Amino acid sequence: MIVSKWLNRKNVFVLLGATLFYAVIQGSILTDILPPFYKLNLILICIYIILATSLNLINGITGQFSIGHAGFMAIGAYLSAIITAKLHGPLALGLLVGALVAAAVGFLVGLPTLRLKGDYLAIATLGVGEVVRIVFLNTEYVGGAAGFTLSSKITWSWSFWLMVLSIVVMHNLINSTHGRACISVRENEIAAEAMGINTTKYKVLAFTFGAFFAGLAGGIYANYMYIIQPMTFSFLKSFDILVMVVLGGLGSLTGSIFGAIFMTVISALLAGFPEWRMVITASLLVVMMVFRPIGLMGTKEFSLNFLGKKGERNVT
Amino acid sequence: MLLEIENLSKSFGGLKAVSNLNIEIREGELIGLIGPNGAGKTTVFNLLTGVYDPTEGKMLFQGKDVSGLKPYQVTHRGMARTFQNIRLFGDLSVIDNVKIAFHQHAKYSTLSAILRMPGYFSGEEEMEQKALELLEVFHLQGKAREIAKNLPYGEQRRLEIARALAAKPKLLLLDEPAAGMNPQETHELMELIRWIREHFQITILLIEHDMSLVMGVCERIYVLDYGIVIAHGNPAEIKSNPKVIEAYLGEEAI
Repeated sequence: MIVSKWLNRKNVFVLLGATLFYAVIQGSILTDILPPFYKLNLILICIYIILATSLNLINGITGQFSIGHAGFMAIGAYLSAIITAKLHGPLALGLLVGALVAAAVGFLVGLPTLRLKGDYLAIATLGVGEVVRIVFLNTEYVGGAAGFTLSSKITWSWSFWLMVLSIVVMHNLINSTHGRACISVRENEIAAEAMGINTTKYKVLAFTFGAFFAGLAGGIYANYMYIIQPMTFSFLKSFDILVMVVLGGLGSLTGSIFGAIFMTVISALLAGFPEWRMVITASLLVVMMVFRPIGLMGTKEFSLNFLGKKGERNVT
Repeated sequence: MLLEIENLSKSFGGLKAVSNLNIEIREGELIGLIGPNGAGKTTVFNLLTGVYDPTEGKMLFQGKDVSGLKPYQVTHRGMARTFQNIRLFGDLSVIDNVKIAFHQHAKYSTLSAILRMPGYFSGEEEMEQKALELLEVFHLQGKAREIAKNLPYGEQRRLEIARALAAKPKLLLLDEPAAGMNPQETHELMELIRWIREHFQITILLIEHDMSLVMGVCERIYVLDYGIVIAHGNPAEIKSNPKVIEAYLGEEAI
């Protein structure tokens, strides 16, 4: 019964497509056809998709302007790295603890800061992100500014399926009455309150979920990259993620996915000309803001509705 | 007694927007609150719905004090309102506007939504059904998938009332529902308000500028001027009350 509702035509199509894509890449990795540079970027794309979609949950869906995402990513990265490298725990445990601690910090930080609006919230979250980074910078146990090394345990399979899982969770949350409650906060906070929505609760909920997935992405990042350093998680990283979300369209899950892919590919293509990278991405953004300020997708979703929808309706 | 307002006052600095207000509403009544511009009518609504905290006084809803509650808690207690300047969720579809007001009665949890458990499907199905039923009542079912801000003005007003009713209130607060409507639309609205009361079996308190609407539809009327109730009674009494005429037309008119 319930399985037939899950496996409507659209979901089956998406699942098959994802599995096919996964299999092709996995096959070419196993047969050594895929150059390592491509593999690196594919895994980076997975990480950035999780980061961008989770920031979209806060900034796009709930309409709270947060720019401290790298801070939650750092918490997930350091916690999971400590568990896998220093305590020799299993990778899955490391990722889970990293994400849960990031979520807990997100919850504790969200309660007071989400009373702020607009620019004030942006500055507060920026500050939180920097505080997290500076705490790790000054902790001898994790190597201070030099960071510490760990073995690379993340494979293509881990990063791809964790990304799929994250997207499914966020999609299911957004397309439910709880997701609509978050969207109502973005649309009109006064009306949302008057209609019986506990706006504080849903802001904190979105913030906590966003922090959870940022922590997960951080864990994947740390356990893939051999080394983690505080500089990786500076506010520039937060801006990178924000740019992906804005480029894709605030409020669009598929937009954030496009944004993450697009920006990672651009960075990879320009890897040979680091001095031009910032110039070109910045110009792209300016052009984007002039000609399409709502982002690639606006708040709309890329949809496969032409395949016939059964069982599930798109509510956003 | 559904609502009892006792000696309610609200000051903004030195300005007394509402002072010593006493209003009593019994279940099933249709009450009007009128007064010239700046008389404090909307302030009364904002006090009732928890947007402002009263400086003094008590508000008892179904015998329980509701002062100091947050707006969403007031709505959970059974009061829902519309706004003078329409506040729809403009970029969302008409049906989503209604569904959001159903949220407080939602029957499935966040976890159930994420895991897509059976409760999610039955809960969403039920919400969809109820939302469509409600839209049908307001002749908006054909526009359920349209974006709310693209509706014509009159339909936006109707949608806002439909949305407030979706919260399943016992007391419906309408803040100038006829604002910006022509006489024909106002007349239709009057019929609609009467019909809503019968059909949903609820109590209505409405703020209005348009005298014909208030006189035609309300059973009792409170007249507010400079934050004070200057008259109170049935439409006929209010019409002939010299204080009301003075407040509306000036002293010389008498």
